[in-house]
Amino acid sequence: MPIDIDIDHVARLARLALSEEELARYRDQLGVILEHAARVQALATEGVEPTAHPLPMVNAFRRDEVEPSLDRDEVLAQAPDPEDGYFRVPPHLEVE
Amino acid sequence: MSTPADMTLAEAGVALRAGELSARELLEAVLERAALTEAQLHAYLTIDHEGARVAADAADAAFAANEDAGPLHGVPVAVKDNMVTRGTETTCASQILAGYVPPYDATAVRRLREGEAVIVGKTNLDEFAMGSSTENSAYGPSRNPWEPERVPGGSSGGSAVAVAAGSATLALGSDTGGSIRQPAALCGVVGMKPTYGLVSRYGLIAFASSLDQIGPITRTVPDAAATLLAVAGHDPRDATSYRGAVPDAAAGLEAGVGGVRIGLVRELSAEGIEPGVRAAVASTLDALADAGAQVREVSLPSTAEALSAYYLIAPAECSANLARFDGVRYGLRVDGETTEEMMAGTRAEGFGPEVTRRILLGTYALSAGYYDAFYGQAQRVRTLIIRDFARAYEEVDVLVSPTSPTTAFALGAKTQDPLAMYMSDVCTIPSNLSGHPAISVPVAVDEAGLPVGFQIMAPSLGEEMLFRVAAEVERLVEFTQRPPLVEAAA
Repeated sequence: MPIDIDIDHVARLARLALSEEELARYRDQLGVILEHAARVQALATEGVEPTAHPLPMVNAFRRDEVEPSLDRDEVLAQAPDPEDGYFRVPPHLEVE
Repeated sequence: MSTPADMTLAEAGVALRAGELSARELLEAVLERAALTEAQLHAYLTIDHEGARVAADAADAAFAANEDAGPLHGVPVAVKDNMVTRGTETTCASQILAGYVPPYDATAVRRLREGEAVIVGKTNLDEFAMGSSTENSAYGPSRNPWEPERVPGGSSGGSAVAVAAGSATLALGSDTGGSIRQPAALCGVVGMKPTYGLVSRYGLIAFASSLDQIGPITRTVPDAAATLLAVAGHDPRDATSYRGAVPDAAAGLEAGVGGVRIGLVRELSAEGIEPGVRAAVASTLDALADAGAQVREVSLPSTAEALSAYYLIAPAECSANLARFDGVRYGLRVDGETTEEMMAGTRAEGFGPEVTRRILLGTYALSAGYYDAFYGQAQRVRTLIIRDFARAYEEVDVLVSPTSPTTAFALGAKTQDPLAMYMSDVCTIPSNLSGHPAISVPVAVDEAGLPVGFQIMAPSLGEEMLFRVAAEVERLVEFTQRPPLVEAAA
C-alpha cells in the first residue's frame, strides 16, 4: 500500500529547494522505502520502552568553568560572508 | 618480510625500532604505492605529502631522542574524510563542504598525532557516510583493488582500499550501519566497530549520533586491537563518551577458542546470502569447532526488522545533524533574497541524491502526526533487538554471521535501486542498533576471486572476547591472498 507523502511540506521543513521533477522522484522513492520501513509496525511493542541511545548514561555534565574555545579568526576564515566578527546572512524576513 | 608498503602495523613497529627502516622511508614507500595505484583506485580525496613528511621526520627525531609514543609511532595512517583534521580540507565527500578547512582536530585524530602516527591523507567515502559502495561520493567512487570494475563497499570505501592496496599501513573509518565492516569484507581486510561510546565522536562529522562510531581498518586482527587502544577512551568533549575503563582488547589474542560458545545468527545467515559467502562462513565455523569452540545456531527474531528500524532511526537522526549545513557559518553558500531562500538553495545544490533522500525520509518520520508510528515505533523495535541480543548472550559468548550478503558488486549495479543498496547492510546493522562491538575478518576468496568477510559480534565492552575469537579465525583460515594489483606492485 503506497504511503501518501506531502513532499512539498517535507522539503520546506528540511529547507531543500528542489525542482518539481526532483520532488516527484523523491516522493516516489520515499514511498517505496517507507513501505519497507513500515514493517516495524508489524511487531508487537506495547509496554516496550523506546531506546534512543545504546549506552545507559545520564547527566554527562562538566563543571561550569570557562575553558579555551576555538580561535575566532580561524573559525571566521571559513565563513562565506564574515563581517566585524559576525556571520552575515540575507534578511530573515521577506523584503518589500 | 613484506615490502614496506605491505607491512602490517606489527611488522612496521619492529622494523622501525630495530633501525631497519625509518618512518620517512616507510612513508615514502606508502606514497610511492599511492602514486602507482591512485589513478585507478581513487582511495584518497587529499594526500598531504608535505604534512606527512614533516610528521614522519618528527617521528624519526622522537625515536632518535629515545622517545616511543606507542604502537602507531612513525606509522602511515589514512583518515576517512568525515573526521576533521585541522588545517587540512575535510569534505565528507560532499560539495557542501568543498574547500572547508576545519579549525580543530577530531579527538581520534589528535590521539593519532599524540602517538606520533603519520597522517597520509583523507580518504574517500559515500557522502556524509551514507551508502554502501562509495558511489555516493561527490568526487567520484573508489574502486576495489581486487577488481577495479567493482565497488570497494562503503561508506568507508577509501580507507578500506588504501589498506588493501598498501597506500596506508592502516586507516580509521566510521561505522553507522556497517560502514567499516562491509568495505573491509569487500576489500579483504580487517574492520572493526567498537562498543558505542568507546571512541570519542568529537570531530566525527555526525550522521546518526546514537549509531556512529570510529574504528580501525587494518591488515590483521592484532593491528586492529592496537589501533583501537590507541584512540579509545573517555573524552570530556563527547558527552556520549563511555566513562569506564577501556576493555583490554589485546589481552586474549593468543587464548584460542577452547570452550568458547559461538552462535550463528539464523536470521542473518540464510536469506539473500550468496552461495560463496555462505560456504565460506560454514567452513570457518567448522574450523572453529575443530579448534575447540562450541558452535550452534541461535535465533534473534527481531533482527529481521533491524533494517526497517535503521532506515527510520538513521535518517531521522541525520535530518537533525545535517541541519547545520545551511550556508551560514562554513561551507557552500548559494545566495538568496532571504535567509530561508539562501539555506534552501544552498542545501539543494550542496547535497547529493542519497543525502537528500535520507534527509527527506528522516524529516517525514519525525514530523507531526508521523513521529510515533515511524520513529517512535523504530525505537521500540530497537529495544526488542537489544533484548534478543541479551537473551542470546545468556547462551553464547559471541555471535557470528557473514559480514555482507554478497561479495563486491559491480559499479553501477545497485545505484538505481536504493532498497537493494540498503540490503548490503542487513548483517551489520543490528550491532549499530545495539551498540555492541563487531569485527569483520577476511576468511576466503570466492570463485570469482573476490574476498569474503566473516563477522563476529560480542556484548557491549566485550572487545577482549571479540578479538580473541577474531584472532583465532585469522590463524585458522590463513588468508594470505592479496589483490592482484598489489602482487604486481610489490
